Amino acid sequence: MTDTRIKPIVMPKWGLSMAEGKVTGWLKPEGTAIAIGDEIVEVETDKIAGVVEAGDAGVLRRTLGTPGTVYPVKALIGVLADADVPDAEIDAFVAAFAVPEEAGAGEEAAGPRYEFVDTPAGRLRYARRGEGEKTVVLVHGFGGDLDNWLFNIDALAGAATVYALDLPGHGQSDKAVGEANLAFLSGALIAFMDALAIPRAHLVGHSMGGAVASASALEHPERVASLALIGSAGLGPEINSGYTDGFVAAGSRRDMKPVLEQLFHDPGTVTRQLIEDILKYKRLDGVDSALTALSANLFPAERQTHVLADRLKQTDAPILVVWGETDRVIPAAHAGALEGRATVEVLPGAGHMVQMEKSGRVNELLLDHLKR
Amino acid sequence: MSRTLSFKLAINEALDLEMRRDPSVILLGEDIVGGSGSPGEMDAWGGVLGVTKGLYGKHGNRLMDTPLSESAYIGAAIGAAACGMRPVAELMFLDFMGVCFDQILNQAAKFRYMFGGKAKTPVVIRAMVGAGFRAAAQHSQMLTPMFTHVPGLKVVCPSNAYDAKGLLIQSIRDDDPVIFCEHKNLYASEADVPAEPYAIPFGEANVVRDGRDVTIVSYGLTVHRALEAAQTLSKRSGIEAEVIDLRTLSPIDWDTVIESVENTGRLVVVDEANPRCSIATDVAAYVAQQAFGALKAAPQMVTAPHTPVPFSPALEDLYIPSADAIAAAVLKTHPQALAA
Amino acid sequence: MSITSPMQTADGALSNNPIPLEKDALLAAYRTMRTIRDFEERLHVEFAKGDIPGFVHLYAGEEACATGIMMHLTDSDRIASTHRGHGHCIAKGVDVEEMMAEIYGKSSGSCRGKGGSMHIADLSKGMMGANGILGAGAPLICGAALAAKCRGDGGVGITFFGDGAANQGTVLESMNLAAVWNLPVIFVLENNGYAEATSVTYATGVDNFLDRAHGFGLPGVSVDGTDFFAVHKAAGELIAKARAGGGPALLECKMVRFYGHFEGDSQTYKAKGENDFNRLNRDCLKIFADRVTAAGIVSDAEIALMDREVANLIDDAVSSAKSAPQPTPQELTSDVYVSY
Ligand SMILES: Cc1ncc(C[n+]2csc(CCOP(=O)(O)OP(=O)(O)O)c2C)c(N)n1
Ligand SMILES: [Mg+2]
Repeated sequence: MTDTRIKPIVMPKWGLSMAEGKVTGWLKPEGTAIAIGDEIVEVETDKIAGVVEAGDAGVLRRTLGTPGTVYPVKALIGVLADADVPDAEIDAFVAAFAVPEEAGAGEEAAGPRYEFVDTPAGRLRYARRGEGEKTVVLVHGFGGDLDNWLFNIDALAGAATVYALDLPGHGQSDKAVGEANLAFLSGALIAFMDALAIPRAHLVGHSMGGAVASASALEHPERVASLALIGSAGLGPEINSGYTDGFVAAGSRRDMKPVLEQLFHDPGTVTRQLIEDILKYKRLDGVDSALTALSANLFPAERQTHVLADRLKQTDAPILVVWGETDRVIPAAHAGALEGRATVEVLPGAGHMVQMEKSGRVNELLLDHLKR
Repeated sequence: MSRTLSFKLAINEALDLEMRRDPSVILLGEDIVGGSGSPGEMDAWGGVLGVTKGLYGKHGNRLMDTPLSESAYIGAAIGAAACGMRPVAELMFLDFMGVCFDQILNQAAKFRYMFGGKAKTPVVIRAMVGAGFRAAAQHSQMLTPMFTHVPGLKVVCPSNAYDAKGLLIQSIRDDDPVIFCEHKNLYASEADVPAEPYAIPFGEANVVRDGRDVTIVSYGLTVHRALEAAQTLSKRSGIEAEVIDLRTLSPIDWDTVIESVENTGRLVVVDEANPRCSIATDVAAYVAQQAFGALKAAPQMVTAPHTPVPFSPALEDLYIPSADAIAAAVLKTHPQALAA
Repeated sequence: MSITSPMQTADGALSNNPIPLEKDALLAAYRTMRTIRDFEERLHVEFAKGDIPGFVHLYAGEEACATGIMMHLTDSDRIASTHRGHGHCIAKGVDVEEMMAEIYGKSSGSCRGKGGSMHIADLSKGMMGANGILGAGAPLICGAALAAKCRGDGGVGITFFGDGAANQGTVLESMNLAAVWNLPVIFVLENNGYAEATSVTYATGVDNFLDRAHGFGLPGVSVDGTDFFAVHKAAGELIAKARAGGGPALLECKMVRFYGHFEGDSQTYKAKGENDFNRLNRDCLKIFADRVTAAGIVSDAEIALMDREVANLIDDAVSSAKSAPQPTPQELTSDVYVSY
């Protein structure tokens, strides 16, 4: 029996490696009317704490997931339904719900999670999802990696072929960063597209990745179908060097935690595993010198070396600008730099990692943007 | 690139990468190549358990089989280190410290201090530790406390393949003498290990499980027993244990231990060493002194008994701290849970 | 194969070869020996005043050995010394003022006052340390020689040990190791007839130490250690051979200890008149001076001038050591590690 008026809320799959998650708390009590995008329930994985946003509208009829309990991905943790659906039908729906876990898990375990490609800018790691006609390339920020798109890549994959790469010096890509400047990184992005025979793509850049995407669009307008700039560098002079310098300097869990907390509106998002993953990256040979050189060249002393807003205004490709209102790394005021030229959205309750903290809304904006 | 690798191969890889990076890294030890001077093949063994197997083919004479003279070759490694090399000497079993301890205790450990800061001795002494291998009293001890006691030495004892590689690379790059303890029963254990070289700083404990009710501190093999106990406790008693893997015993990360005990108010230290003057007594005493006010119960110690390591499997299995013993110790810090 | 030398003589007999050294070298040799002698005799006096802390073992009477050997070495050659190490230090070029300050435990000492008489070292001069552990230098010098061999820099290592330390396993293990690895090491046995209060004849199973060397496949040479020229020639040959890849050797220097084992030793185990006899007949300095003056190469006036210069040097060293500042309390905990 499939009642389209009954909508399951399931344990989400955030990123390629997530197999289970823990319900940490319901943000809405049973009986609340829910709109699409409303935050319903908090979930924590070993990597990150996040919020499940409603993908459907309806009344929250059941909160099945018990706080503190771990559920496999796609397990039923709640039910949305119209107010007039009888309780008996909902109970029947719950009883009949089958977790389609095994198929998904098995398939992913078999296939490679990540791939590598050799480019003139070194060997770069990337992930690829979806088979759409349009091509999207996701470009993370300083010190980040492709997992920064954990909550976005699958949502976009329905509408496009989506690539997320690790920039040189980052993630599991080669750690050499050439001159350690913006030209090298945007050259690497174009080299990545060349190597994978991507003639033209919609570039989505976060933070430093936004500046990389912008520079690529300025240098190679024919390769860039549109730009989406999220909490982006390159739109104004200010930047919180306390964050970038702190990130470069921190070598221990205790030093890293307060640094990472600056990334999020809700510092509780930073889990032990998130810190440990970043420390593991930072311990790799070559990372320290890559990050030190990049930050010295791109963000010396509270200043961004490249402000590209005026030049971007002269270009033609559609631009979307998204910011988290409480961004503590690059001020949300920079979102205004392309006012008039770009679609601009500043989202409340989100910090620098707005694409993680408000993934539902950001994904919506990106999908709309791709349609243009 | 990250892939699953065994503890043993992680060590092999760390040695390989560092030998490639730094020509002053050389390896000495008994049968670390195997076949020297014999009519058959070289690299016949690669150490008694094959940890260095294959390195001879890559680095040739930078690996040297030694005569069975621990004093001479451990001392030679120390002397070479004082003269600018970065030797990694394998002392097969740490139990054999008895025949070469002077070179470690009175030479390597003291040069820097005794010579007024004008010497450095970047030597690594790798050795197997730990019970559970049916290797009996002279090949099974956890002698970490003996070395931790000595100023001038650094003592490392990883619990997993990822840490083993990163800590060994750090040991080789470190400018002080390092005793690198490899639990022989962890050699086969696997973890995600990046292929690239990376160094884990010393004195940085790893919190391997979050918990609010009790802090379990351990290192080496017993970290896994502590985790097992934590899972059981969570299921059976709803007690959430924070588990700390010290990773390095000298230096030791007191801050992480104290911070955790301040949150949980309870401490259980698990140490595979004999109980007297052990890592367990050390941690318990330190916490009692520094965080007495935070403690809601007496610190508990779970250690091997005050006996040599027995041979009979029936006895040896009783010797190593078990998950059950750890869980029982945790319950002692929670009298109300015991009563319930 | 053993090297035989025309200077292999019984105790006391002087070689009568033509003097093989230029005048400058002779003056340098005399200056070194005189410096050691004055240094030690002055320590004997100062020690009795109670200003010098700890154990002091004097090298007086043995100067020809250190000097005859060290003249063949450069700063990049390494030596490992003994508890009776002042002579080795001076002959290897360690600064005399810093040595004196070290013995007084002052912060201007070679080791900032943290080593003392038994641990004076200066790695920049290739002096890897006096050593309070008998026989400990032998493995270390194998390591130094191994480092030289790995780098192919032609460096050699010299380890000194007494007739007592000759019975340490480390020395014997090291002779084998050096033979197995064909290391450029010279094992220098300083046979002064006593280990503390025990005679060499009592404590040694073989009549001739060279048999020990032969037992390990090493060539060995025994010389009269009171004869600078005998030591110089034999050492020169062995060192040149080792430098050229010819492998290790044992050099036994038979000599006399003018003072007790350490300062404060009543020396009742010695024969009546033994010290007086040695001072009269077996004083290496006197023997040297007599020969070079008799040969007309060095004048009495030149000897007298040098004696005055050395006396001034030692005076200065003592007064500056006495007035040098004590180490600060912070020095207690510094330089245990390079980083911790
Ligand atoms: C391992 C060790 N055992 C014992 C001692 C105590 N000790 C110091 S010097 C000495 C005698 C050494 O005799 P020898 O080697 O002939 O040297 P000498 O004093 O005659 O120069 C002894 C027993 C020591 N320092 N180290
Ligand atoms: Mg003697």
